[in-house]
Amino acid sequence: MDITPKIETRDLNFYYGRSQVLKSINLVCAEHHVTAIIGPSGCGKSTFIRTFNRMNDVIPGARVEGQILLDGENINLPAVDVVELRRRVGMVFQKPNPFPKSIFDNVASGLRINGIKDRAMIEDAVEKSLKEAVLWDEVKDRLRENAFALSGGQQQRLCIARALAVKPEAILFDEPCSAIDPVATAKIEDLIIKLKKNYTVVIVTHNMQQAARVSDYTAFLMLGDLIEFDKTEKIFTNPAKRLTEDYITGRFG
Amino acid sequence: MVPKRMREVRLSRLKEEGIKAFFFTNGVLAVVVLVGIFGLLLSTAIPAFKEIPVREFLASKTWDPTSPEKAQYGILSMIVSTLMVTAGALLIAMPVGLGVASYLSDVAHWRVREVVKPIIEILAGIPSVVVGFLGIVLFGPVIAKIFHTGHGLNAANGSFLLAIMALPTIISLSEDSLNAVPLSYAEASLALGASRWQTLIRVKIPAALSGIIASFMLGMGRAIGETMTVLMATGNARSFPHGFLDSIRTMTANIAIELGEVPYHTTHYYGLFAIGLVLFILTFIVNLVADVILSKYQQREQ
Amino acid sequence: MKKKKIIQLLGFLVLRACLYTVLAIIFLFLYDIGKKGGGAVSWEFLTQPPRRGMTEGGIFPAIMGTFLVTMVTAVLAIPLGMFAAIYLNEYAKQNRLTRVIRLSIRNLSGVPSIVYGLFGVILFVNIFRFGTSILSAGMTLGLLTLPWTITASEEALKTVPNSYREGALALGATKWQAIRTNVLPYAIPGMLTGTVLGLARAAGETAPIMFTGAAFYLPSLPRSLGDQFMALPYHLYIMATQHHAIEQVRPLAYGTALVLIVLVLSINMGAIVTRYRMRRKRRW
Repeated sequence: MDITPKIETRDLNFYYGRSQVLKSINLVCAEHHVTAIIGPSGCGKSTFIRTFNRMNDVIPGARVEGQILLDGENINLPAVDVVELRRRVGMVFQKPNPFPKSIFDNVASGLRINGIKDRAMIEDAVEKSLKEAVLWDEVKDRLRENAFALSGGQQQRLCIARALAVKPEAILFDEPCSAIDPVATAKIEDLIIKLKKNYTVVIVTHNMQQAARVSDYTAFLMLGDLIEFDKTEKIFTNPAKRLTEDYITGRFG
Repeated sequence: MVPKRMREVRLSRLKEEGIKAFFFTNGVLAVVVLVGIFGLLLSTAIPAFKEIPVREFLASKTWDPTSPEKAQYGILSMIVSTLMVTAGALLIAMPVGLGVASYLSDVAHWRVREVVKPIIEILAGIPSVVVGFLGIVLFGPVIAKIFHTGHGLNAANGSFLLAIMALPTIISLSEDSLNAVPLSYAEASLALGASRWQTLIRVKIPAALSGIIASFMLGMGRAIGETMTVLMATGNARSFPHGFLDSIRTMTANIAIELGEVPYHTTHYYGLFAIGLVLFILTFIVNLVADVILSKYQQREQ
Repeated sequence: MKKKKIIQLLGFLVLRACLYTVLAIIFLFLYDIGKKGGGAVSWEFLTQPPRRGMTEGGIFPAIMGTFLVTMVTAVLAIPLGMFAAIYLNEYAKQNRLTRVIRLSIRNLSGVPSIVYGLFGVILFVNIFRFGTSILSAGMTLGLLTLPWTITASEEALKTVPNSYREGALALGATKWQAIRTNVLPYAIPGMLTGTVLGLARAAGETAPIMFTGAAFYLPSLPRSLGDQFMALPYHLYIMATQHHAIEQVRPLAYGTALVLIVLVLSINMGAIVTRYRMRRKRRW
């Protein structure tokens, strides 16, 4: 299968205050594939994917060096329009964070933010996104209800639908299942696999089985270093590095 | 296509920057007002010192700006009155306030606390003019009867009222700092066989001391600056006070009484602003000290 | 062992006595004013102007004046307080300037109210030439309440979880869009409640309005914001200490005190109850 790089980092360094959180990371996320980033907690996984949509910009004292290429264009430049970037690269967070609005308004909020006012267009996009997030059948009769009435897993799928509604090219998942029960997790994993048909997916997870189940490529990060990056199959059956093997066999974590 | 997009981006950024600048302007307003108060007070007070030597102003006991022979502008009596009534207030409010705070944090059932705290908030909400009025009609006669003074409008009355007004601040801040003492401290003490009382006195209060002292300082700042209560309940005597049963006139009361009657742009007028300046500086220092204590305390917490 | 227990018992007893004393004083306050003021308050008292050298009649102009001046205060303090709070909570970085701003706010809340009065006399009455008027007094009170409204508004902003801001930003919202659509709608009720508490306190203030616009007695209601006004707290001060027949008008003073206290406390209570309800209803 041909691989087109969608997101690529070159010598990416990240500093938080005086401490270096990411050390010279080179990584390619292939278009229409799922790339998983695993590693022990505190290794910089979340920080890493948050550089892809420049969500770290809002953190005081953060500094990013190196190149982050989206379709070959460096997005780590001051001149880049982060607002447009974030529309192109969507994000789903660790804890489901629906807004305290109706289900409909949640999905529509991204569209409204981007200046779309046409009602029919919004309704159409909401339905499409909810279907894409496999939530439509569960909520179609209660779109006006508050999003908090949904279960945790449903809320997370709602957040996915919300991200899909603005038609991004890539979606970043930041440990999307860490606050959700196993059954709901399985649904979201299925969904992630489906999504790669239309989107490029990057997922951070501390759950190795999850990485093995959903991803095509896996990167193993430890203490800010990219230890190993390869096809998921390879990482989990025949890792090149001792550290990777120790980690995936559960010798530390 | 591309240039247009660039222009849009630039425009939207400009808008964002504009919005930020707008909020920033409002944000620094507090600094502007504080500096403005100081600056205007200072510039209005300075002309007073063309005629009044600073030494006389601060060290003379006689304030008699309308004397036909020789106007005198000494505010020592007022300063002493202010400090006296403040000290009296703190003497009452510190132990009682700390007592109530300790009771609420360490003894009372949480339900009692839920009921009592809003009631004390009520006290904080009573306007000072009403407190002053009660000083006249309620406590004045009582004080007059007990101490056999003709009327009860004196420093003791003022101290008592100011104590009541300082209590809500002292209680709520002290309670907060007592509650902020880590549970492990108290547990360690209790595990050693200390009673709850001993734990409170020897462990919790010392651990919360900086917060408690800060609450006293803030209560003090409030007492120094309070106007209406002392104006109404302390009897308005310009003479130098010798005891708590004397009628007094504080700096705040003096401004309130005389500013309405003084012709603009006279030495007397400027002199009143000079008193205001002294008051501003005094409360500023007290509040700053409280602030330093509190911020040190919070740093240690983190 | 036994001694320890007795000491503890006595100690707690003293603490309890402190609390009961404070509560007793509060109740004594409210009881005295309620009882003696209740006798003076009537429909006529609330709706009529004072008559016969303020020895008879009501306090309508004072109620009206306090209402008007508080409106001016609100118009100044609510937006300024909210905007400043938005800057501090949403935009400000952790730097020296921010620390200076916060320090200034805390210090402003400690500036004596009579000093605000002096400031108002110079700035609004003289420099801006608003004269002694509703406008001058209201603006003076507006500055006085500013530190409270800023602090209260910031508290409200802090209750909005960060995930709302991040969620909106991740969808491609600009910072202001995120604040406008995903922060303010949830913070504004709390901001208003906190601000109203500040306004209630301002309505009860006397010293700042004494020289910036409040009048001893006015034969007619103010016709514009440039007019002087009668105000409840100042009226109480007059009736309690400056009237030529103090003993005779004492019931009227009590009535004024009751109206003032009911006004201030009911606004307070309303705001506190609303705040409590909002906290319980909050889903985040």
